[in-house]
This record gives sequence, C-alpha cells and structure tokens, in this order.
Amino acid sequence: MITLTMAKALNAGMRRALEADPKVVIAGEDVGKLGGVFRVTEGLQKDFGEHRVIDSPLAESGIVGTAVGMALRGYRPVCEIQFDGFVYPAFDQIVSQLARLHYRSRGLLQMPIVIRVPYGGGIGAVEHHSESPEAYFCHTPGLKVVTCSDPVDAYWMIQQAIASDDPIIFFEPKRRYHERAELDESLAPAPLHSARVARPGTDVTLIAYGPMVKTCLDAAEAAAEEGHQLEVIDLRTLSPLDMAVVYESVQKTGRVVTVHEAQLNLGLGAELAARITEQCFYSLEAPVLRVGGFDIPYPPSRVEEEYLPDLDRVLDMVDRSLAY
Amino acid sequence: MSDISGASGEVELVQLLTPEGERLEHPEYSFSGDDDQIKNFYHDMVLTRRVDAEATALQRQGELGLWASCLGQEAAQVGSGRALGKQDFVFPTYREHGVAWCLGVDPLHLLALFRGIDLGGWDSEQSRFHLYTIVIGAQTLHATGYAMGVERDGLVGTGDPDRDMAVVCYFGDGATSEGDVNEAFIFASSYNAPIVFICQNNQWAISEPIERQSRIPLYRRASGFGFPGVRVDGNDVLAVYAATTAALERARSGSGPSLIEAYTYRMGAHTTSDDPTKYRLADELEHWRLKDPIERVRAYLRRSGSGDEPFFADVEAEASDYAADLRARCLALPDPEMLDFFDWVYAEQTTHLAEQKTHYAEYLATFEDVSQAPVDGLAPAQSASGRQPQPAYPGGVH
Repeated sequence: MITLTMAKALNAGMRRALEADPKVVIAGEDVGKLGGVFRVTEGLQKDFGEHRVIDSPLAESGIVGTAVGMALRGYRPVCEIQFDGFVYPAFDQIVSQLARLHYRSRGLLQMPIVIRVPYGGGIGAVEHHSESPEAYFCHTPGLKVVTCSDPVDAYWMIQQAIASDDPIIFFEPKRRYHERAELDESLAPAPLHSARVARPGTDVTLIAYGPMVKTCLDAAEAAAEEGHQLEVIDLRTLSPLDMAVVYESVQKTGRVVTVHEAQLNLGLGAELAARITEQCFYSLEAPVLRVGGFDIPYPPSRVEEEYLPDLDRVLDMVDRSLAY
Repeated sequence: MSDISGASGEVELVQLLTPEGERLEHPEYSFSGDDDQIKNFYHDMVLTRRVDAEATALQRQGELGLWASCLGQEAAQVGSGRALGKQDFVFPTYREHGVAWCLGVDPLHLLALFRGIDLGGWDSEQSRFHLYTIVIGAQTLHATGYAMGVERDGLVGTGDPDRDMAVVCYFGDGATSEGDVNEAFIFASSYNAPIVFICQNNQWAISEPIERQSRIPLYRRASGFGFPGVRVDGNDVLAVYAATTAALERARSGSGPSLIEAYTYRMGAHTTSDDPTKYRLADELEHWRLKDPIERVRAYLRRSGSGDEPFFADVEAEASDYAADLRARCLALPDPEMLDFFDWVYAEQTTHLAEQKTHYAEYLATFEDVSQAPVDGLAPAQSASGRQPQPAYPGGVH
C-alpha cells in the first residue's frame, strides 16, 4: 500500500506500461528532459531513453499525426497535449484521421493511441489553459474518451487505456493532480469502460466525472448533514457511456443532477438527460437537471470560481430536484 | 532578389529524356536500366492511363460518384512507383493510381472507393500502399511517423538491402501550403526520418495556380527545413525513377529525408466535378500536351528500335482488354451492407453501438416482414424490396 498523488500515479502507470510493452512510446512537448509541464512524465526519458520518451517539436497536429504513423508501424504511442486548449490544432488528425482508420480499413488497421489531455479549470491559469473540450471528442465515432477522478483510477486507467486497441482520449483533471490517495496494487481494477458508484445514496443521483467528482462528494457530505442521501456516480468513461450503472441508480432515486465543468449546451449532461429520459421515464420524480459551466468562453481566472460548478450550485440544483 | 524566380520560373530541372524522346546526361542523376525496363515503364503508364480513362468514363455514365484523374502524371507516378524497393512503404493522396498500379493494388479497389462502396478497401499492409487520404496533406504526418517507427525498428542504415527500408509520401503543390505538410517536414528533419517526400507539382490546386501557393520553386523549401530538394521533370519517367532511386537509397542508408518536386501538369480536371475551362487557358494545356510523358517514351523506343509497332499495338490491346474487364468487375460490385459498418468503428465493440446495430436490424426486419405480406403499395413495403441480402464484397480480387 502506497500513498501517491494523481500525477505520480499516472507516472507510475505509464512506467508500468513502458516496462510491459517495448512498443509503447511517449511523445509530446517537454515530456522528456523536463518531465512535462506538470511533471507527469518525470524521469521516464531518463529510464527509457529518447527513442521511447520523445520530446516533440512544438506542433500538436504533428504529434498526433506522427503517432498515427507510428501506430501503423506497430507502436502504441501515448501522446501528451500540454493543455486542453492546445488540442484544437490536432483536431483534424484526431477526428478525421485517427478516429476513422479502423473503420476506413474495414477493421484491418488498429489505432492503439492514447492522447493525454490535462483539462479543466480551477488553477488560476491564463486563457486556453482551463478548457473542458470532452464533448467534441465524445461526439466523434471511433474515439473512446475516459477521465479519472482520483489517483487509484489514474494509475489503472492509464495502463488500461494504453493496452486498448482503440484510440483513447484520456482527460486528466489537472486541478486534482496533487490530490493524494492510497493505492493497493493487490486490488483488481474495474474495467476501463465502466462507471462506478463513488458514494451510495437514496434521494438524488449526482452524475459527475473528472474534477467534479470531488465537488459532488463534498456536496453529498454536506447534504447528508441536512438529511439528504445523495448517490454520486463517477462516470469514468465518457464515450462509450456506461449507462447501466446510471439507470440502476435513477430507478432507485428518481432524481438526477448531472455536473460538469464544460459548457451546458450539448454537453455530456444533455446526452445523459436524453438517455435517462428514454430509459427511466416512469422512474423519474423530477426532470433531469444539469449543472455546468455557463455557455460563455472560459472567463478570466479572477472569476473562474463563479463560472465553475461548486458545492453550493450543486446543492441548489439538488434542492430544485427535490422540490418537484 | 535573384533567388525569387517564381514558383514556375526558370530553375534547374533534372531531365534524362526530352519530350522528343532523346536521352540526356546529367551530372548527378542517371538511368542505368535497359530498354526492357523502359518498355515496362511504357506498359505501366499506358495501363495507368487506360484505367484512368475508364474510370472517368464510368463516372460520366453515373457509375462512379467522382473520379480524380491522374492524366498527365503517369511518369511521376510510375517512375517513382517502380523505384520502390520491396520493403518500402507508400503513403498516397487520392490521385496516385499509377503508384497503386506499381504496387499491385487492384484498380477495382480504387473504383470501389469512388463508387461509394467503401472508404478504401485494400489491405494496406500487404500492398505497402496506405489507404488514400482525402484531407489534403494529412498523410504526410502519418508517413513521417511511420518512418520514425522504421528507424526505431532498426531497419535503416544496416547496409543489408533485404532489411533497410524507406517510406515514400506523395502530395501535391496545393498541399505544401498545409500546416501538416510543414509539420511533417519539421518532424522528419528533426528525427532524420527515412522518408522521401514526393510533391507532384501539377501546377493547379483545383482552380488555384502554383503562384498562389508559393513564391519560390517548391523544391527549394526543403533547404529551409534542413534536407535536400530537387526538381525533376515529372513527365520524364527516367528522371523521376533516377531521382527517387537516389532519394530512397539516401533514406534507407540513414541519411534522412529528401524532397522531390516532380514538375508536371494536371491534364484533366481536378476531379470530374471540376470545370477547368473556367480558370485556365487552352494554350497552357496545348503547351503541356507536347511534353506528354507517354509519347516521349514511345518516341524513344521507336528511335532506339526497342519498341516496334506490334509491341505498341500489344500494349494498347492489353490495356483495352484490361479496361473492359475492370468495367465489368466494377459494375458487378455489390453495394455494401449498412449493418456491417457498425462493426468497424472500434476494435473492441461497445455495448451502445452493438445495441444500435441490433435496433437497426430489428427495424429492417419489420420492413422485410411487411414485404412478405400483401400490401397496397405504400412506402414501407416498397423500401423493403430493395433490402435483399448481398454477397460479401470480394475485396481480395486481383
């Protein structure tokens, strides 16, 4: 049993993957000598060499595009996009190239590529460093999208993502990089594409992922003091969604609040609301309600705490759900 | 300012065979093959042109949705395609029908793509010819990454001709303006990747002339990225072959990337949807017609005595037979089954997509049920009549 931060857990997970498979390579800006701007890849180049931990030229499309080529050659590249807002220059390579090659080749070619993206706000950053672009990628067939919310999941999920034969966008909640947890390697991990009940409850289901899981757990703690038992679901996998866990919870509570940092319009919450309404219509006591970022570009950091969903906004929406 | 001679200005052009069919010497590049090899080039170019013409005709008759003709670029494609070693790997655009031919990719696959049967159905690993890439320039990064992998595999610079390999990446003059192409040049240069970039400068990116893409000859861009570039007469199959051979050898030996600008001309439209009479002069076409890549080889073979009339007639006859057979096979292609496409999205199928497929299959089944029953001619039953099971697409035919 060891205690480690999410950043260290990701580092340890990648180290395990590099050890387990000589075809695994890491590529990105500053991932080598520096160990990444968040130090998530710290020490890996020193131990595995420049051929396997590759400091890339400063070009995101190039990073992903060359990863596609390396995958065609049998490698399993793990790309780091330095910040969420810098993934867009690679958008064509991800959406039009990477996501489609298996499909275009009628299943002949595989694209075992992981694209790690530190995402989300709350760190007082300048513009383009606090975005939550996950919906763009969830909307794209051929990609799988996951996000971890704690160090234990981070450790296992990064290894599972690297082992996957499908391209995976791996969102890392950067404001949780330094949260700690105990890792017991003897416990078998859950499958990569599964949601989990992070806290059981009976009154309202909170559905969250990534950075908002902790926010929702805090909200559930506060609600418990007022006598409301909130069930918190950590989605973990955003595409495909693991709806079985969600439906089971909703059939029990009848009330749902979705929570994400990303803008509400056409965000994950909208898809969740649609599917829950289709599948659990007669269980619902209230409409599916959503908490999220406002439909504005991410604001300057001095007001980001107002923009980001927090404990109070989550509880306010819980109250509205309970009022139906 | 003397360097700024314009993208189409007078600059050095490697030429080993003139438009009149005369052999030339060049201080750096030479063609060491014999006339039998040149006759094979001739054969490949005639067949490529005939396949291309058949595809254009099929499109005009409504049998293909679109066709991107390679008319006029046969020497650039066959010359480079025939220079490939048996390990080398190719990343094409969507117009490299002549290179596909050289690598043994059945042209039926190319027609299937443009007919809307599939999205590129050949086995790219087996043929060493990657799927066509339609987004301009995107494949240059794939090629570069592949070459980086080759280098990591230790298949560069061993000196063993059965082991060393290189990657060839094709793109056009328009693509050189794309960010991806410039990023590919940077990655290839930075990592000294074993790759040959072949730019077929056919002078036109749909309606935009080369002057819109570049103020300098494209091959000179290479020096800015730190590797050699050369312009060859792209309508001279011998020059293209010689330059590609040299660049491949350089790449395989571990000396890094290079750029070949094959200076040629798009004799046809951009695609069958295009109308070049709206933006270019007939004079220009006539000027390039005199530089035809096939005619000059025919003139040379006549001059050298290696090719007589029966040889030319045989090649023409073979091309006609091939085209007729290709047409028949194209028309016999069954439409794909929508349900199959659900299976190719992921290597590991998702529950969600499997369910969506099932639901669609159930929906289809309702039509089939209706079609069995007496109906009064309303839409569902009529729609169902077209949904008969199809035999699997015979992808491996060659």
